[in-house]
Amino acid sequence: MAQIRVENLRKAFAQFVAVHESNFTIEDGTFFAMLGPSGCGKTTTLRMIAGLELPTGGRILLDGADVTYRRAAERDIAFVFQLFALYPHMNVEQNIGFPLKCQGVRRSEVRARVRETARLLRIEHLLSSKTSKLSGGDRQRVALGRAIIRRPKAFLMDEPLGALDAEFRQLMCGELRDLHNRISATTIYVTHDQLEAMSMADRIAVMNAGKVEQIGTPQEIYDRPASLFVADFIGSPPMNFLRFEGGLRSGDRTIRIRDVSIAVPEIYEQRSIGPLVLGVRPEHIVFSDAAPVRGRVFGAEYLGTTQIVTVETEEGRVKARLPSSAPVRIGEMVGLAFRSDRLALFDAQTGWAIQTASHGSVGRG
Amino acid sequence: MANVMLRHVTKRFGSIEAVRDLSLFIEDGEFVVLLGPSGAGKTTTLRLITGLERPDQGSISINGRDVTRDPPGTRDIAFVFQQYSLYPHLTVYDNLAFPLRSPAHRIPEPIIRKRVEQTAELLHISSKLGNRATRLSGGEMQRVAIGRALVRDPAIYLMDEPLSSLDAKLRAELRLELKRIQVELGATILYVTHDQVEAMTMASRIGVIKDGTLLQLGTPREIYENPGDRYVASRLGTPQINFLPAKLIPEVTMPSGTDTIGIRTEHLRIAAVNGGGIVGRVHRVEHLGDQNHVYLEYRGQMLVTLADPHRPLEAGQDVELQLVHPLYFDAAGRRIAATVH
Repeated sequence: MAQIRVENLRKAFAQFVAVHESNFTIEDGTFFAMLGPSGCGKTTTLRMIAGLELPTGGRILLDGADVTYRRAAERDIAFVFQLFALYPHMNVEQNIGFPLKCQGVRRSEVRARVRETARLLRIEHLLSSKTSKLSGGDRQRVALGRAIIRRPKAFLMDEPLGALDAEFRQLMCGELRDLHNRISATTIYVTHDQLEAMSMADRIAVMNAGKVEQIGTPQEIYDRPASLFVADFIGSPPMNFLRFEGGLRSGDRTIRIRDVSIAVPEIYEQRSIGPLVLGVRPEHIVFSDAAPVRGRVFGAEYLGTTQIVTVETEEGRVKARLPSSAPVRIGEMVGLAFRSDRLALFDAQTGWAIQTASHGSVGRG
Repeated sequence: MANVMLRHVTKRFGSIEAVRDLSLFIEDGEFVVLLGPSGAGKTTTLRLITGLERPDQGSISINGRDVTRDPPGTRDIAFVFQQYSLYPHLTVYDNLAFPLRSPAHRIPEPIIRKRVEQTAELLHISSKLGNRATRLSGGEMQRVAIGRALVRDPAIYLMDEPLSSLDAKLRAELRLELKRIQVELGATILYVTHDQVEAMTMASRIGVIKDGTLLQLGTPREIYENPGDRYVASRLGTPQINFLPAKLIPEVTMPSGTDTIGIRTEHLRIAAVNGGGIVGRVHRVEHLGDQNHVYLEYRGQMLVTLADPHRPLEAGQDVELQLVHPLYFDAAGRRIAATVH
């Protein structure tokens, strides 16, 4: 298996820069997700690593060897597109063995490797089945089997679960991750779905407008987003942003929004008066009559264990995640108390997070 | 607005019973959501109410008037489809005014103007009235499509997955808006979807439907906390409720006849091993940010529970399981009332 290293990787299409100088290293055996909205450059980056696109600048190293200008076929990487496309006239065994047959591998060896792959995917009992008779999940497993049978150095996957409905996608996320744990192949997984990235990846690179904005474990990215963009992209509902004007002094432990003083983690940066943003995750809000931030309940959405309550405040709509047992009446005035050690601050002009006791330096791509 | 009553309605297409003996009363001003997978009979039920299909058995009445044999045009119903079908060459204003300008209604233009402006305000699209329909974002287009139903002030609104073609963020926004509008207007809505979040967040009552049969009808909380059978229990909740064969947990006392135990993720608690009876092994931990999903292996079964994101848990670790509020089901999947705790 392999380590993948990207150095100053850049791709321009005429005037348009799809990928700005990117730098990151994916260690051997890591499940690495590239997450971002469409057009952020994640697929272009993946295609350059695969050898399907030539970079405008920079290098790609596979296990230390420079493969930047090597052809795709010479890179020993498997590219998995949307899973599901199976050969309808072949049975499961023939489908899985097809890539080896094309390489001219001996028939007895093909058979042995197909068996081994089927065992990994727990579909040995289906080997002689027609693909048209399979359930959706089994079709997906067969398609995966066809990808892993070659035992390449790395897997690159581009939104492989994009076409599936939400519940099935969740199931397949679990299976993909379990499979990864069994074969530990370095995997790069491109998606626009934060839930997929969060639930499967060891590390996530969040991309925006051709740049990697942050790289970290799912929990780091959620707890300490490097920018407003990342904070807004991760979490459902996403982080609330309360915009205000103010200055900051290093060592401060409160901020002022209008006349209200709010406790925050100790601030490590100096800022002259300017537009700032206070970031609050929905689960770090509780209703408290004594709290100075006040608003009117606009709506409550029951979700079983919890409910999402939307409150209209002077700073805009704020969403709180409360236990569903908490009584909430539409139209009532409530006070919002924030869990101060979990708050984030951002510079509204640059979009970057401000360093605080809970928000130290974070990995920006 | 109006109430709607379906009595023992059955609809067959050849040998397939699309809707089976369905009875449903929708009260004036109620937001009822039919929740079910594709092919469950949701859309057929809507088409029966509009009159696009005729029931083989049973009757349908609106505000006490039997409309079972009435033609579709006379039932005073507005329908919102999954795909917003706007007239691309018309402005937003003209799209909204279109249903009112039908020669059958003969509504004077000043009244049309007033109704369109009110509707636009309700939907927060007043500033877009002069725009071409094609110059709108997806969310705005769907608002216009809903608006076109709202201008008419019909007896009842029928909505067939109107938010399913939108992206997640927009869907969340419009869910909240649609609920607000419904409350403000006191509108009667029958809404069908396969999305449990839409059902839970908007419905006054949810009807869980499967294979043409209405399995249970109740408030979101009733359906979630008190499901009548295994299928209904599995329909709400993310991640799904855990099911365990009763014979695997002899340590737990349960009502006689129990075949399966259902435990919602938040009711499966984990603790450090302390000589207790039920011990599972952590299989995988997913970090979703606000909480972790912890997959546990217990006697060959995979269970899921929730944990604080900062609680240290690792794959391979043994933990003790505690079942809070288990639900008991018999071999046919029917709920057994809990007499033991």
